[in-house]
Amino acid sequence: MPFVPNTDADRAAMLAAIGAGSVEELFADVPAARRFPKLELPKALSELEILRELDALAKKNEATDSGAWFVGGGAYSHFVPAMVPALAGRGEFLTAYTPYQAEVSQGTLQAIFEYQSMAAALFGVETVNASHYDGATALAEAVLMALHAVSGRPRVMIPAALHPEYREVLATYLEAFEVEVVEWKGSAAEAAKGVDARTACFVVQWPDFEGEVHELSGVADAVHAAGALLLVHVDPIFAALAKSPGSLGADIVTAEGQALGNALYYGGPYLGMMGATAKLVRKMPGRIVGEAKDKTGRTGYVLTLSAREQHIRREKAVSNICSNQGLVMLQSTIYMAALGKHGLARVARLCWDKAHYAAAELGKLPGFKVVNRTFFKEFLVHTPVPAAELVAKLEKRGVHPGLALSRWHPERTHELLVAVTEMNTKEQIDLLARSLAEASK
Amino acid sequence: MNLTPEPLVYGLSSPGRVGVVLPESDVPVAPVPAWLERDSLPLPELDELTTVRHFTRLSQKNFSIDTNFYPLGSCTMKYNPKANEAAAAHPSWRNLHPYAGESMSQGALELVFRLQEILAEIGGFKAVSLQPAAGAHGELAGVFMIRKYHLERGDTRRVKILIPDSAHGTNPASCTMAGLEAVTIPSNAEGGVDLEALKAALGPELAGIMITNPNTLGLFERNIEEICRLVHESGGLVYGDGANMNAVTGVFRPGDAGIDVMHFNLHKTFSTPHGGGGPGVGMVAANATLAEFLPGPLVVKKGDVFALETPPKSIGRMKAFYGNFAVLVRAYAYVRMLGAEGLRRLAENAVLNANYLKVLVEKRWKVKYGRRCMHEFVASGDIAEGVHTLDVAKRLIDYGFHPPTIYFPLIVPEAVMIEPTETESKETLDAFAAVLDRIADEARDNPALLHDAPTTTPIGRLDEVAAARCPVLCYRA
Repeated sequence: MPFVPNTDADRAAMLAAIGAGSVEELFADVPAARRFPKLELPKALSELEILRELDALAKKNEATDSGAWFVGGGAYSHFVPAMVPALAGRGEFLTAYTPYQAEVSQGTLQAIFEYQSMAAALFGVETVNASHYDGATALAEAVLMALHAVSGRPRVMIPAALHPEYREVLATYLEAFEVEVVEWKGSAAEAAKGVDARTACFVVQWPDFEGEVHELSGVADAVHAAGALLLVHVDPIFAALAKSPGSLGADIVTAEGQALGNALYYGGPYLGMMGATAKLVRKMPGRIVGEAKDKTGRTGYVLTLSAREQHIRREKAVSNICSNQGLVMLQSTIYMAALGKHGLARVARLCWDKAHYAAAELGKLPGFKVVNRTFFKEFLVHTPVPAAELVAKLEKRGVHPGLALSRWHPERTHELLVAVTEMNTKEQIDLLARSLAEASK
Repeated sequence: MNLTPEPLVYGLSSPGRVGVVLPESDVPVAPVPAWLERDSLPLPELDELTTVRHFTRLSQKNFSIDTNFYPLGSCTMKYNPKANEAAAAHPSWRNLHPYAGESMSQGALELVFRLQEILAEIGGFKAVSLQPAAGAHGELAGVFMIRKYHLERGDTRRVKILIPDSAHGTNPASCTMAGLEAVTIPSNAEGGVDLEALKAALGPELAGIMITNPNTLGLFERNIEEICRLVHESGGLVYGDGANMNAVTGVFRPGDAGIDVMHFNLHKTFSTPHGGGGPGVGMVAANATLAEFLPGPLVVKKGDVFALETPPKSIGRMKAFYGNFAVLVRAYAYVRMLGAEGLRRLAENAVLNANYLKVLVEKRWKVKYGRRCMHEFVASGDIAEGVHTLDVAKRLIDYGFHPPTIYFPLIVPEAVMIEPTETESKETLDAFAAVLDRIADEARDNPALLHDAPTTTPIGRLDEVAAARCPVLCYRA
């Protein structure tokens, strides 16, 4: 059989050493009536056959490499340099475990330390952990962290325009606790005045699900004056262009790191990013790597502050997280290093310029109106005909104009969320504008 | 192993270097408001070759399955087939947007559907959600389901979850995150659940039990059906932790024995790579009692079309989108290459390898629970006066072996938990046992070799206490 080197002769020798008459005998502890059930499974395939079958299955999809795609909503098509998968795919990274044994895991550990360093620079905070499952769970765990850090405050304020699936994940994570979740609308600065002595944290998504970039001046002051924490969930590409959330007073910063060098992969694996001020580090969930010295003074890296974690504290741990998104984090590390100071800013700037060009072109179309005041790579457009109809019509021509908000809010029939990144050419944007004009006649 | 110190990426930076050239903009420049724009972005500046060498050299500072025997107990460090990687690399998976409509993602939905069906059959369950991203995430989903089941029935008293003292720390931590109370149940002299202690813990406050079978001692819980019966009679539900499923694929279906809800780690049993910490998949399976509580959406088949659907009483979403899809592609490729026969053979060889290695190791080393093991066994590392498990683990590194899991499970003093997996050859097991034999001699004759180990690595043992006291968690210019 594949992947098992034991030959019949090996098995016989091993059974003799064990003193067992057969392999079946080794399973004597399994209740006899339940032992060796007949499994109804498709027949085994060779490598050639399975790759052929999966190729046929994969081709039933319509992926972003054909047609013009303006679909975002928390997952974005960005350029991934060839070196990212080539390096992260090296077996020494790919097939290593969580780096418990520091001396034989310095590759993984140093890469995590570099990730923490670069992500902290992007976010403007002192500490970033080694990853969560995705942006939604990072945000949910950050809210739990805030509830623990500012204990005795059962209220959380979140934006009404938070990603709807993040809102659902947060609800799942908070289900067992008596937490009052209040949705804020309008300007963040105005809403932050609603933070009171019962509020643990005020959450901003930056930009929010509808693409709006809220002005944050005054927000941190209002939140902190009331004794609460400011949690900013940021687009990490946007963070390369904008003032960092930390510099604007955020205590906790979370992000979906997919955009940093990771393929779309139908929604996963993605990268939950979480950072915080130094004050909060011992409340933070997840693995954290720190610098350390050996006896001879050599510098190395090691998993640290593990007294927060489940394998030490069990039911008293700050979180149950164990396996994380290590390889995705590594890809983002390589991406940030490869793009660097200028490259990442350039990606952000291309997104900004192209999205603004697209918004201007769409805004010229009869009956179309761009809703956002300030936006980055995604914006909301009012459409003269139901947005879902436009999506259906344009898809047939290979143009994917964005997301109809009615998918989440049935009453919001005439709103289209359009995402534009460095992957979209002017030609595609012009095609989008032309196609929308024709389809809405 | 690359022993040359590698600078941090910041140390390789030089102003003006560029690693990736991006296209010229083909649209007009749009102004960025002053209140928004950042002054500078403090990231390094590297050229492409420097970047490639840096991360290649870092990779050479790791032990990995591809390079070394990695018998990390309870982690199932088996070979990760390269075909899995080839399967997942297909551009029509890589570039598929999660919000491409169902008509444009039929291939992905069909793959998810098929894998759900296959895993339900392997576990003996009614339905499967592939959404949870890791074992602990699946556990959390499972205890949320148990909690909701009781609440839906108006039974608000059931807040206690029983957990054997040999369990992973994630079990009690997951209970706390679900607002439930973890109650520890001791093990009996055989290493199984103490049935008298279990009976004493039953009652109207019982929500359920979390049970790992085989447990972390590598022993099959002989009383599994009795445990399920007792818990069910008391009104509780049974959660199965599938961390050790590699011992019993095709041998035992947990659902048949009365487990109500269970997670499997696709990154253990189903051969997807661990990636230095993740991503995994902690898919969660349920029987008829709990299937309608599974986290959604799942994939359903309607006629010839595949669609996303959330079960009626679902606990909700555990993450955005649908799960770690690329990991699912790998697991699907693997399970299809094995088939029913191959799955049984993998468990048989995993158990055979572990028992063979145990026989070799226990000639010199204490193994607390001596009966035949499943996929792993637990020895003790205090082989000589003044020698501890940590010393043995570090000395193994000098011989080119990744250490086993150490100091876990907590109920075995100086634990060394060894899981060879089915993909290792007899020659490798013999070599590993011979080295342990040699280390036992060294411990007796020259323990300094152990205390000073490892000496063949880029760094020696690190001062973890100092690192945690004054943490340095990122680069400082």
